[in-house]
Amino acid sequence: MTHTGNRAFLSGNAAIARGAWESGIRFASAYPGTPSTEILEYCGTYKEIDAQWAVNEKTAMETVIGASYGGARSICAQKHVGLNVAADPFFTVAYTGVNAGLVIVSADDPGMHSSQNEQDNRHYAMMAKIPMFEPSNSQEAKDMTIAAIKLSEEFDTTVMIRTTTRISHSESIVSLGERETTPEREFVRDMAKYCVLPHNARRLHTKVEERQKKIAELGCKSPFNRIEEGNRSIGIITSGISYCHAREIFPDASYLKLGLTYPFPTELIKQFAASVDKLIVIEENDPFLETAVRSMGISCTGKDRLPICGELNPDIIHASLAELVSKPMPTITPAAKVDIPVRPPVLCPGCPHRGVFYTLRKLNCTVTGDIGCYSLGAFAPHNAMHTIVCMGASVTSAMGIEKAMKEKVHGKLVAVLGESTFMHSGITGLIDTVYNKGRHVTMILDNSITAMTGHQQNPSSGKTLKGEATKSLNIEAMCRACGVTNVHTVDPFDLKLLEDTLKEALNDTEPAVIITRRPCFLLKDYKPQVRLVSINRDKCVKCGMCWKLGCPAIEVSPEDGKTVINSALCVHCGLCASVCRPGAITQAKEEAK
Amino acid sequence: MTTNILLCGVGGQGTLLASNLLAECAMEAEFDVKKSEIHGMAQRGGSVVSHVRFGERICSPIIRKGECDILLAFEELEALRWTEFLKPGGLVITNAQNILPMSVSAGNAVYPKNITQILGQMSVQTISVDAIGKAKELGNQKCLNVVLLGVLARQISQIKPEIWPEMIKKMLPAKLQELNLKAFNTGWNLA
Repeated sequence: MTHTGNRAFLSGNAAIARGAWESGIRFASAYPGTPSTEILEYCGTYKEIDAQWAVNEKTAMETVIGASYGGARSICAQKHVGLNVAADPFFTVAYTGVNAGLVIVSADDPGMHSSQNEQDNRHYAMMAKIPMFEPSNSQEAKDMTIAAIKLSEEFDTTVMIRTTTRISHSESIVSLGERETTPEREFVRDMAKYCVLPHNARRLHTKVEERQKKIAELGCKSPFNRIEEGNRSIGIITSGISYCHAREIFPDASYLKLGLTYPFPTELIKQFAASVDKLIVIEENDPFLETAVRSMGISCTGKDRLPICGELNPDIIHASLAELVSKPMPTITPAAKVDIPVRPPVLCPGCPHRGVFYTLRKLNCTVTGDIGCYSLGAFAPHNAMHTIVCMGASVTSAMGIEKAMKEKVHGKLVAVLGESTFMHSGITGLIDTVYNKGRHVTMILDNSITAMTGHQQNPSSGKTLKGEATKSLNIEAMCRACGVTNVHTVDPFDLKLLEDTLKEALNDTEPAVIITRRPCFLLKDYKPQVRLVSINRDKCVKCGMCWKLGCPAIEVSPEDGKTVINSALCVHCGLCASVCRPGAITQAKEEAK
Repeated sequence: MTTNILLCGVGGQGTLLASNLLAECAMEAEFDVKKSEIHGMAQRGGSVVSHVRFGERICSPIIRKGECDILLAFEELEALRWTEFLKPGGLVITNAQNILPMSVSAGNAVYPKNITQILGQMSVQTISVDAIGKAKELGNQKCLNVVLLGVLARQISQIKPEIWPEMIKKMLPAKLQELNLKAFNTGWNLA
């Protein structure tokens, strides 16, 4: 990101953070999750914003709700599935409204670039009755954040901004403004508003319904909901990134470009529909706008032609609506007639998780996985996982499998999750396991950072989002406090100790925890001792033990089928040397100078 | 006139910095610019791609298949993977480097041989350069991305030559500027 005069080239996420700063936001909280993570990281770069990583999305949202009540304009941001975790406070803050402006960002992931589902969180806005903006580019992402704060205070409501991966992670030019300074809002006791006891909540619900009508009317006049006049033979209703794609394919059509999408600006939609011959609704994933249009008795083309699954792009829109498009499909360069091997993501060279999956496979364990870098343990050659559901589900789903399968899985069942995921929502599962007399093993892969989302601090890493020193949660003590008697800590590169400990824990009739502790190899300040790894290829017997590690630096020579170590990728972690049977790969005893 | 440039490579090769520099140079040249890429899971040694589009007004941040002017590939297999984005007669600039995907290094798939020749037989123009070799000669293979940016810059007449080094100086920390300016010039003079 550079700033040229008063313009900058910003991602949607950076633009939301800039909008947060310009609109006078003072507090921000989130749990990291792709594609939302950078919103908080950028918020943290502004000294006027107190930005913090929360333990999970629910604590983040509850904290920003408190900050809003306490008088600070606030923002929280999560990925789409994170809003599931925070759904409880989300639905109720819709009733209480706010004191200072409150913005909640949901960053959805159509196409599931880095997610376990592609739920369309626009439904959340409708279900909770919270107004929603959908930006189409970075400029709008900034402008809508500022507008959301205004709307929030004017109508006493939380406001949602819904982005998608292509908005959050695409960059475009943004005009910059100055920060608005706002007087602090006093927090006065108002139990009828802030205490959602049933008799209060009933009155609040009535207010919510009135607010819905008013904002729907405002939506018909909002500059974010605009009719762009064009050829009236085709009229397109669209929002978010879909607007940008549609504009490429139908440059001359008329558009109703929606930005304040919910509550639906009903009258504007009716007016637009009546002014065009053929109405098309172009949107990604679910028929959210289309269902609203159809419920007004207006017929349109939409998901009968456009896919529900996956991201949209100009090619898909063109192919789906080909007979309505005036230009031909572009001529594609024919692909080469060779098989192109896929290149999925892999555990990095030096990754501390590698030895864990090697050992789990070796002992033929039944493994419930979780969300993080270690999800990659499900890929070949590890193939070391049976299930992945959601954050924290490794521990609880193991418990359920145990309840269903009893002795069939005793001595085999292992839940695997990272330390950040454990603190997010694994702890509750561990308490459940102890309380309900489970006996599976929980492995907490502690690499000192929340890694998959790009290295965010967490409660056990000893630093805050702003890089300040803070207390560090003692995971061993936490597990003991949950009631686990057998808590082991091992270095995951000590394969023998790891295997022995895992065998002992599996034989235990009580639940056990194994914490594998070694920092992520990519961690900036991590300077491990380097002892050089080398291979004597004469000794290699092609036994394939080192190939089972799934290390990008280990290659099979197409000439003789023996192992080659790629010196450009090898970081000399030494794991391959410790599994090499014939002693072809060795690691120096002395540290390299 | 919109210019579409697709940068592809393997996570960790520095494609993101190269696409950032390209986009900022296009902005400096007073074009509207959009850039799109996917962060997160794919970064871990996986296939990565950045779309950079600039012109008078850019709507979608995504390049259509068959409309890409230049494909800048940091790795040969990735060049092959993304060629269908090129317009007929479009240009592939490829770094003559092979990084084996896990399926190949484990012996379960074959890395295609003679990719330069395969590209030569397609309806595209090809520039193949040993950018990784040049980066190593400069003493730091991490500057591979800026060597390749130099090769690319030579092909983009819409952006004035002096803008590139200016933006390298503006965007990179002082201690990396000398190396990267050298890397850029090396690339500029390479093809």
